[in-house]
Amino acid sequence: MEQNLLLTYLLLTPIIGSVLVLFLKKEQKQLIRLFGLAVSLVAFVVSLVVYFEFNQANPQFQFIHQVIWIKSLNISYHVGVDGISLLLVLLTTFLTPLTLLSSWKAIEKNLKMFTFSMLFLEVGMLGVFISLDLFLFYIFWEAMLIPMYFIIGIWGGERRIYAAVKFFIFTMFGSLLMLVAIIWLAVYASTTLGYFTTNLIELYKVGPTIPHQIQTWMFGAFFLSFAIKVPLFPLHTWLPDAHVEAPTAGSVILAGVLLKMGTYGFVRFCLPLFPQSSVQFAPIISVVAVIGIIYGALVSMAQTDMKKLVAYSSVSHLGFVVLGIFAMTVESIQGAVIQMINHGLSTGALFLLVGVLYERTHRRDIAFYGGIAKLVPLYSTVLMIATLSSIGLPGLNGFVGEFLILIGSFKSSVLNSWWFTIFAATGVIFAAVYMLWMYQRVVFGEVKNEALKHELTDMNLREMIVIVPIFIFIVWIGVYPNMFLKLTEASTQSILQQVGTFTGNLLK
Amino acid sequence: MANTNLYQSLSLIVPEIVLTIALLVLVTADLIFHKDKKSIPFVALAGILLTGYFTLIQIGNYGFAFQTSASAFKHYGMFASDPFSIFFKVIVIVSSLLIVFFSFSSDEIQKITDRIGEYYALIFGMILGMYFMISATDLILIYLSLELLSLSSYVLSGFTKLRDRDSEAALKYLLYGAVSSGLMLFGISLIYGLTGSTNLYIINSLIQSPDVNLFTLAFAVILIFAGIGYKISSAPFHFWTPDVYEGAPITITAFLSVASKAAGFALLIRFVKTTFVSYTDPNGMWQLINVFDWKTLLISISILTMTLGNFSALWQDNLKRMLAYSSIAHAGYILLGLVVFSDQGLKAIFIYFAVYMLMNLGAFLIVMLIANKIGSEEIDDYNGLGFTSPFLGVAFTIFLISLTGLPPTAGFIGKLYLFIALVDAKMIAVAVIALLNSVVSLYYYVRVLKHMYLTSPTKDTPAVSASLPNTILVSALVLATLVFGLYFSPVVDAAESSLFILGL
Repeated sequence: MEQNLLLTYLLLTPIIGSVLVLFLKKEQKQLIRLFGLAVSLVAFVVSLVVYFEFNQANPQFQFIHQVIWIKSLNISYHVGVDGISLLLVLLTTFLTPLTLLSSWKAIEKNLKMFTFSMLFLEVGMLGVFISLDLFLFYIFWEAMLIPMYFIIGIWGGERRIYAAVKFFIFTMFGSLLMLVAIIWLAVYASTTLGYFTTNLIELYKVGPTIPHQIQTWMFGAFFLSFAIKVPLFPLHTWLPDAHVEAPTAGSVILAGVLLKMGTYGFVRFCLPLFPQSSVQFAPIISVVAVIGIIYGALVSMAQTDMKKLVAYSSVSHLGFVVLGIFAMTVESIQGAVIQMINHGLSTGALFLLVGVLYERTHRRDIAFYGGIAKLVPLYSTVLMIATLSSIGLPGLNGFVGEFLILIGSFKSSVLNSWWFTIFAATGVIFAAVYMLWMYQRVVFGEVKNEALKHELTDMNLREMIVIVPIFIFIVWIGVYPNMFLKLTEASTQSILQQVGTFTGNLLK
Repeated sequence: MANTNLYQSLSLIVPEIVLTIALLVLVTADLIFHKDKKSIPFVALAGILLTGYFTLIQIGNYGFAFQTSASAFKHYGMFASDPFSIFFKVIVIVSSLLIVFFSFSSDEIQKITDRIGEYYALIFGMILGMYFMISATDLILIYLSLELLSLSSYVLSGFTKLRDRDSEAALKYLLYGAVSSGLMLFGISLIYGLTGSTNLYIINSLIQSPDVNLFTLAFAVILIFAGIGYKISSAPFHFWTPDVYEGAPITITAFLSVASKAAGFALLIRFVKTTFVSYTDPNGMWQLINVFDWKTLLISISILTMTLGNFSALWQDNLKRMLAYSSIAHAGYILLGLVVFSDQGLKAIFIYFAVYMLMNLGAFLIVMLIANKIGSEEIDDYNGLGFTSPFLGVAFTIFLISLTGLPPTAGFIGKLYLFIALVDAKMIAVAVIALLNSVVSLYYYVRVLKHMYLTSPTKDTPAVSASLPNTILVSALVLATLVFGLYFSPVVDAAESSLFILGL
């Protein structure tokens, strides 16, 4: 097969960058910042090259690069992208420079280590999205935990240590279960194929032939691992802690990309590897997802801390994504993928904006603010756009994803019930309530605290440079989603075809 | 005829002979240079390098030494030189080499320079004991080598006499050791009573006959297992471990945790395989003789060991003690490799040991270097150390992550092969228990990272820097831990070529 090194270059950019950072002098802070930003921008450019050379009509994996790694176990370094993973790769390379730029002032302590961790994290995230070998995937999946642990634990808030350890242990638990399932799958493959393999493309043929009972266990292990990462209700308890305690950059990456690895895992692994179990459990999972949507929204309403509110809104939004995936129609899965991107953009923007306030006043409680519209009009406008995007106002990105998911789940023959759609739709209404209520309490009314008058300054140029690119995409996806939908269409159909082939008439 | 037999036997035990000579040279050199003992460590180093060389050239020279005269079993001797033994001997000798390097820079050992000759002589006694233990195929030789190893270690664990804890450690070790070796001897005598032989191969063929008294046999086996279990510090024979590990000098603690354990495992595997396995089927599964339920015993012991080790480690504030409990837990994981009774499992054990040696010795080395400077192994004294001593901090982080078993470090590969062996043998529930244990272990390993990195350094936080030789040593271990995490074919190939155990 023809080898294409483009994705390897993409992976190598942050790897080399993170190593080089270690050789910079600790005192040269500006240089370290610029260098980190430059490396992440180069990675973004490389990913754009991948995008422009990508053939959207082809449902297969593209830009494949395969090198034999461990011969005795048939493990290879094997990377490639399809439309779905490409979109998430772009999200990763897009958000990383922005987060580095956003923490320009906020991170002073151990800057070198911070930049190293962020670039290392980018390696892990990109690796997860482009791996076509389960072993390689698992290495990236786990390797990401360590920098994230440090990002939360060193640069986080007051309860950072608790949050970091909790995050680490929750995710590790899930991923070890997945490790056993991966090994089990590979060992099973050795009985049907005659050799041990972790090659995803080959396992796509093996997975669906696994007897029902064993498949259920494997599916369960994969599902649990991803569900913790998403996080799906009721496994979400690490998320608010991690989000609230992480520094702004950490929260943005966590919400923007890390949570997507769970939902990406559902699409890439659970559905095509275990189609029968996926179809069988889809209704139960969807019930849990809908509970998550409503629960997340209700809990958000009760929050007094802005960051926590945004964190719980993530639980609600990702419930939509999971519902979309397990409704298993073309619309709903495409909607889910778009919604993953949307959530990354709008929640990322919200975290950035909460971070902007926090940098100035070191307060995040809603009650402290009020009436800031008069003090910082530009900020208030920007926050409005991010809020509306998160709510799903037509014309902005959130609407497209939610609409597609609702349509898809309505039509879904796997779920075969309107109730999912109806209950999920109430989540949209709740979202409007808690987001607008927060906006009202923070922005409108009289200025409650005199202190705000001297502390609060409006958005500066750097912050605008960070937020404007996000807004461009928020509007772009809202107005002209076709460009993004076309990217994922062929890949989505191929996944559903794989599911359909093995589950027969369950799926129309 | 008898002479050629003797000559051939001697050629098989060349490494052991070299060790003995080195031991004698050390004792003599200690007497000759009693004013200035600077050269003694180098004599020891030379002895170890020579032994290592002669161990390696044994590859290919396999066979039984000191064959029994009993006519029907004349092929079997009391000492086997086979690929299996070479692998474990290499593990032992490499860790001995590292321990000698550790001793060069250990503060504790520097303080006893006047007795340094005895120190190294005793280490050589331990190595000799381990070498014989790894190859022994006769219960008498097994017992003798076990005692040689134990007696040397008793002395060494209290050798520095710098703190009260040292004597406590030595005494505890001695008392536990005396009891378990007594039990083992009793077990051996019962087996001899049952079969009339002490040779494992003869015992193997005799217990295949239907008229063996199963109850007595099981009783004897359990007693013998007590002796071995004590050496590998598996539950419920592990109680000495934390106290001895904490009290002994760090070099000896590190040595006990790797080399002594490796020898113990080699003994256990050989004992089980040669005595209780009737044949190996083409898939590499070992078919046990149906006289004793090793599987149930080992599964329960292994789960008990890892769970006790991990949960006890959670509460430890002293790093040596924490690493002691962690090494108990690792013994539990390694036992799982034996539980599957297959070549696949044995391969996993080999890989795990190679990896475990690197990361565990690395962790102990860092603890030692830091203790040299701050005089303490308490976890609270590590606060903020990652920032003031970046090199050691990063190295320690890598070793701890590897001990947890996270990629991309070698520790992950050890666990990976273990899990593959377990899943292959359809023991998925056991694999899940082992991984839940890994999650528990994550907590206490990460706790060290928490103290090193998540607590800000104060003015009193010392900056610990390593000397050039130590920097090289640490870097080498770190590099090996990382490289074997990503490119592990060499370890796997070495393990695969060492699977052969003589006789079956």
